[in-house]
Amino acid sequence: MSGNACSPLREPLVLGGKKLGDITQDVCGSIEGKPSTLWWFGFLLALTVAGIGAATMGYQIYTGIGTWGLNKTVGWAFDITNFVFWVGIGHAGTLISAILCLFRQKWRTSVNRSAEAMTIFAVICAAIFPFIHMGRPWFGAFWALPYPNFRGPLWVNFRSPLLWDVFAISTYFTISLVFWFIGLIPDNATVRDRAKHWLRRAFYGTVSLGWDGSVKKWNHYETAYLIFAGLSTPLVVSVHTIVSMDFATSVIPGWHTTIFPPYFVIGAIFSGFAMVQTLLLVARKTMRLESYITVNHLEVMAKIILLTGSLVGLAYGTEFFIAWYSGSQYEQFAFINRATGPFSWAYWIMVSCNVLSPQVLWFRALRRNPVVLFIMSIFVNIGMWFERFVIIVTSLHRDFLPSSWSYYTPTWVEAVTFIGTFGIFFTCFFLFIRLLPAIAFGEVKGVMKWGQPKGHSHDAGHSHAHGEVKHA
Amino acid sequence: MPELLYCGVFKDDEDVLGAVKECREAGFDIHDVYTPYAVHGLDRAMGLPFSKITWVTFGCGLGGLTFGLSLMTYVTDYDWAMNVGGKSSLPFPAFVPVLFELTVLIGGLCTMLGLFIFCRLYPGKNPKMKHPRLTDDRFMIAVKKNQNFNIGRASELFRKFHAEQMLDLDSEYDCFASQGGTS
Repeated sequence: MSGNACSPLREPLVLGGKKLGDITQDVCGSIEGKPSTLWWFGFLLALTVAGIGAATMGYQIYTGIGTWGLNKTVGWAFDITNFVFWVGIGHAGTLISAILCLFRQKWRTSVNRSAEAMTIFAVICAAIFPFIHMGRPWFGAFWALPYPNFRGPLWVNFRSPLLWDVFAISTYFTISLVFWFIGLIPDNATVRDRAKHWLRRAFYGTVSLGWDGSVKKWNHYETAYLIFAGLSTPLVVSVHTIVSMDFATSVIPGWHTTIFPPYFVIGAIFSGFAMVQTLLLVARKTMRLESYITVNHLEVMAKIILLTGSLVGLAYGTEFFIAWYSGSQYEQFAFINRATGPFSWAYWIMVSCNVLSPQVLWFRALRRNPVVLFIMSIFVNIGMWFERFVIIVTSLHRDFLPSSWSYYTPTWVEAVTFIGTFGIFFTCFFLFIRLLPAIAFGEVKGVMKWGQPKGHSHDAGHSHAHGEVKHA
Repeated sequence: MPELLYCGVFKDDEDVLGAVKECREAGFDIHDVYTPYAVHGLDRAMGLPFSKITWVTFGCGLGGLTFGLSLMTYVTDYDWAMNVGGKSSLPFPAFVPVLFELTVLIGGLCTMLGLFIFCRLYPGKNPKMKHPRLTDDRFMIAVKKNQNFNIGRASELFRKFHAEQMLDLDSEYDCFASQGGTS
């Protein structure tokens, strides 16, 4: 880090003239004291919502998915929308930790830990939906996993995109979890070395695996970390590509388009960054992390949101152009129906939230205004949910036979289940910011000198005897 | 067998980098260097070779690929071959997503195991910290006290790079044990 990291042309990544020891204190201090009233309020609220959601999931598994608002024309609606929504949210974390690591984007160090945690929790929420959708989820393992059995043996169908999805989502979850856990090892060791209570020492001693900061270990660790970044980079792109193939390999007008893989991946990054913005804006304010998650960090993420939001807008336009250019009347009808049919309200919510609202980010003052960013990120979250709803429901509700055209309205079961997954997501997130270091300070320490004048020293201000020699 | 070590504690990564380079020039054998974060260039300055863990990933990734290919070939072409509209029962393009995922999954999990084995990390391991602040804001160079060692030269070198403290340790015990038992 002693070379280019000291460039005076760069703006510092950490503000407030922090020393190495200050970072440890700031991050570890927030998980060592007693939780605040605000934390208890948030955690209990999230837990309650999660509990109501879990009860509703139990109800529909017990009663059957006839409790949903599906009909014979609209066979996929809320459930798959929520699945794709949550998987999309889960894309920013590994993008930040893997792709930005390969691109040497040092600003990622302040935000990667919480973004990775968010990824893992979002994928858990996503996995709930196909699980319930099986109807008899206790047979899930029989249907989804290839293993020798006494039914023929009957195997899973490796030609099916839904099976590819099983492999993609479970691999993504496992590798993201491993990447997150390995990133946590050195930081957990720091918490272990500060711990006073035996229980804390035992917990952090277990999850830090005996890490001692030896450079011989850092040598393997850094290589392994880079390998994980390299493995996860195509993985991030592959997951939403495969999710998009659930639709793109079908013959439904509005679904079977070759633009889907890049369109879905960009949309996932867009929605993931919006959710990272939402959570970090709250976290930096309530946990007083403004020195680490600076306005510059927010601005960089806002630029990514602007870029991906505009690319999503380009994809919406391209879909219409190709529908017209293809000369296929079914394809043309699907898109005209999308913008002007019974679900046009959903289409225009999607366009205004995803394409219009991020355009405010062209202005630097607005990109650096946390309130504007917060409101904008909520709009994007809503818009990206509607994007999946529009793709799935409006493509299905008017099929090839006008006598079977119908409309779709969700039931309370579907709505409460979706709200319940937010409860699960935030319960996990609240537990995470209490139990584990929410900022990867082991990495932040490595970029501290970034943009600082040369010769800036890490003197922590403690008075130790200099040059003291002890002989054994 | 525990080795006797002479250690310098530093406050700045650039000092550590400089001191490590000079230790090597002076012919001292460096037992290890302890840092709270990965200091870039320090592993090369210590003369450590590139980690062999890349080969673990490569081998196990290839293993995952082979496993996936054999499984899918066996299932779709041999054990329960299906005639889907007269198409081949070995649809290679349809295998690509699962092949990729299995390569990454098995390669990634083995990289994790490889890292734990290479670094001897396991739950419940006692790290035997040689200084209480090495995971916080201090850096330590541990030099072996063998025939290449010269205490006068070493302490002069450490002092030149603003060492805050110098300690005698052995490679098995942490600083508390060594201080309590000897000084």
